[in-house]
Amino acid sequence: MTVAIQIDAVSKLYRLGTVGTGTLAHDLNRWWHQIRGKDDPYAKVGQVNDRTQKSTNSSPSAERGVPPGSAGAGGPEYVWALRDIDLQIEQGEIVGLIGRNGAGKSTLLKLLSRVTAPTRGEIRSNGRIASLLEVGTGFHPELTGRENIYMNGAILGMRRREITQHLDEIVEFSGCSKYIDTPVKRYSSGMTVRLGFSVAAHLNCEILVVDEVLAVGDGDFQQRCLGRMQDMQGDGRTVIFVSHQMSMITAICKRGVVLKNGQVAFDGTAEDAVLAHQSTTKTGSGAGFDARELGIHVGDDRSSLLRVWTEDKAGTGKRSFDIEEPILIKMEYKILRDDIPWPYANFHIFDSSGKHLFVTANKNYPVAGDTAIPGTYVAACELPGSFLNTGNFTIGAAATCIDRGVNVCFWQPDALTLQVTEDLTRTLHGSRNGYAGPIPGPIRPSLDWEITAVTTLSSDPR
Amino acid sequence: MSPTEVHPIDLANARPIAPAPPQHWDLVIRPKRHLLDVNLQELWAYRDLASLFVQRDIVTVYKQTILGPLWFVLQPILTTLVFAVVFGNIAQISTDGLPAILFYMSGIVLWNYFAESLTRTSSTFTANAHIFGKVYFPRLVVPISIVISNLIKFLIQFCLFLVIWLWYWVMTDSVHPNLWILANGYCLLLMAGLGLGFGVLFSSLTTKYRDLTFLLTFGIQLGMYATPIIFPMSSLSERYRAILWWNPLSHIVETFKYGFLGAGQADVLGLAYSTTFTVLTLTLGILVFNRTEQTFMDTV
Repeated sequence: MTVAIQIDAVSKLYRLGTVGTGTLAHDLNRWWHQIRGKDDPYAKVGQVNDRTQKSTNSSPSAERGVPPGSAGAGGPEYVWALRDIDLQIEQGEIVGLIGRNGAGKSTLLKLLSRVTAPTRGEIRSNGRIASLLEVGTGFHPELTGRENIYMNGAILGMRRREITQHLDEIVEFSGCSKYIDTPVKRYSSGMTVRLGFSVAAHLNCEILVVDEVLAVGDGDFQQRCLGRMQDMQGDGRTVIFVSHQMSMITAICKRGVVLKNGQVAFDGTAEDAVLAHQSTTKTGSGAGFDARELGIHVGDDRSSLLRVWTEDKAGTGKRSFDIEEPILIKMEYKILRDDIPWPYANFHIFDSSGKHLFVTANKNYPVAGDTAIPGTYVAACELPGSFLNTGNFTIGAAATCIDRGVNVCFWQPDALTLQVTEDLTRTLHGSRNGYAGPIPGPIRPSLDWEITAVTTLSSDPR
Repeated sequence: MSPTEVHPIDLANARPIAPAPPQHWDLVIRPKRHLLDVNLQELWAYRDLASLFVQRDIVTVYKQTILGPLWFVLQPILTTLVFAVVFGNIAQISTDGLPAILFYMSGIVLWNYFAESLTRTSSTFTANAHIFGKVYFPRLVVPISIVISNLIKFLIQFCLFLVIWLWYWVMTDSVHPNLWILANGYCLLLMAGLGLGFGVLFSSLTTKYRDLTFLLTFGIQLGMYATPIIFPMSSLSERYRAILWWNPLSHIVETFKYGFLGAGQADVLGLAYSTTFTVLTLTLGILVFNRTEQTFMDTV
């Protein structure tokens, strides 16, 4: 196998704040360093990119030998949007790039598509790189669909001849043939996107870089685009794909790379990458939530949470489940007082977008009586197989006492995330009945159905 | 080959750059290109894009108008009339003995070409940031296509001038074309080069600090008065004339007027000066532009 893209120690420095009179001083200082053959003085003060943390590099410049006054307190600051990224991507791989907002995904794509240059490091590639950071770049509202296909295709690097060759296919793929001689300004936004993606789908390139552009467009069209990307892999083309939809990553990518604060945090199979990403976004570690391990105390004087974890029927702790497999969610907690009623243990289930799906609560304690007995307890709840849909879910754990109103003893909203996967080789039989596309909704319960014949053609006397 | 796994703990120690295997690469992206590394071959590969940009510029201008491309010629006619009244009749500025309409129109058509090329190319980076931020193509395609589409507009306006000029030539004895008329193709090339050179230079200089854009609008207005557009060179005193000859556009405009109308001045030395000036500006402009295009998205 040959290497399609080799990324060596690539870093990108960005300056925070606005451009104004203040930046002129920095520019002059940088230029002065440059003509004396020295390094960029501001590259040294750059810090790891963590958008949640307010910058604190008030005067590291002095201790690093940078002329005083170059980066004083309150002055502009610099961050490394990417720092020392090393990646090697083989020809024919489909790589999913995931990470939180601001982790550096888009910056990396920008460097790959040559929109901007890296601050340090080098990217080498074999084959033409086409980038799709946006669909329909360069569409002019006054031009017709056909004219815009040419315009957009040329911007993406196609020759006029190539476009003419593929014109019929492009129009057909977009499903806009009826409107092809109408100005694009009359199109609905969905149609514009369809047209834009159709052009990109017919790009004749060896490497395709795709940002989250498929989020728009309807399900049917998304399906067609994903199919197209898989075809591309069949042709030996390389695809680098960014998405926040984890189901899409696992559906089309073999390999996943997690970026965190501008660095590669994980590189492995797509499924593992999604899990790694989920565990970096939430507080829980791979084994589940453990208050003692994290060194935190969750709870009040009545009850406190110790652990939350998930396991399968065999009692093996794990975070990734097959859709047909039952999921046991467990929490270990302490009851500290004996003058309170038995607390309810509750689990809250959220989907990957953070939507609260449902709450389940119980207080079937093995000990009789109206008041609680102090001690350590484990509450377990079984989610049946074929209940949650595929995707990632976040579990919150809480305990509440109903005692002159509802009192919350503890509440850990993002104790852990779990993943429900599905083996698509089962597509042809079983619950999917041959349908390989996405099935919407957070849950996919297996319900009892009954279809009765009221009349049929043969028995209907008519 | 199995992907390598990086444990999060290893991240603190960045790995050193792996030595590049001795292999051929189609593309290498580096922090900074060499100053003289202008990829003209790549530019040529994108010629279809340039022609589509030109087509777009021309076609979209008159979409949803009744008069359509007629607007290209109406504008210089109206300006010529205004100039003829204001500068010719009211201010009584000499036209070198030429019919006022022809004198002003030749100046306006030429100046419009230069001024519009310069104004529009000077905002290449800022006006196209939304496209440049999404996809790569040689950025020079944009200013070049602007200069070409303006050239087409110029040719349309020039045809109008030609019609009026022919009428005067056949019907009256006021114009005396000569062989210098043949130099005008070259003059046009110089003008395109100057507009492009200054334009890309300005657009590179204004990506970070916008101050120069204000200066440019003002500068173009002043420039018209520092070029023999509304007055002939011959109407100036010796001292002012010496200053104005330093303006490379003066030679171009005077050659044009002399060739077509027979009044004015044309000399090889002057055009040689303009040529040198154009080549230098264009080279400098393209080098600076080439340097800026790599990272301008970070500061625009």
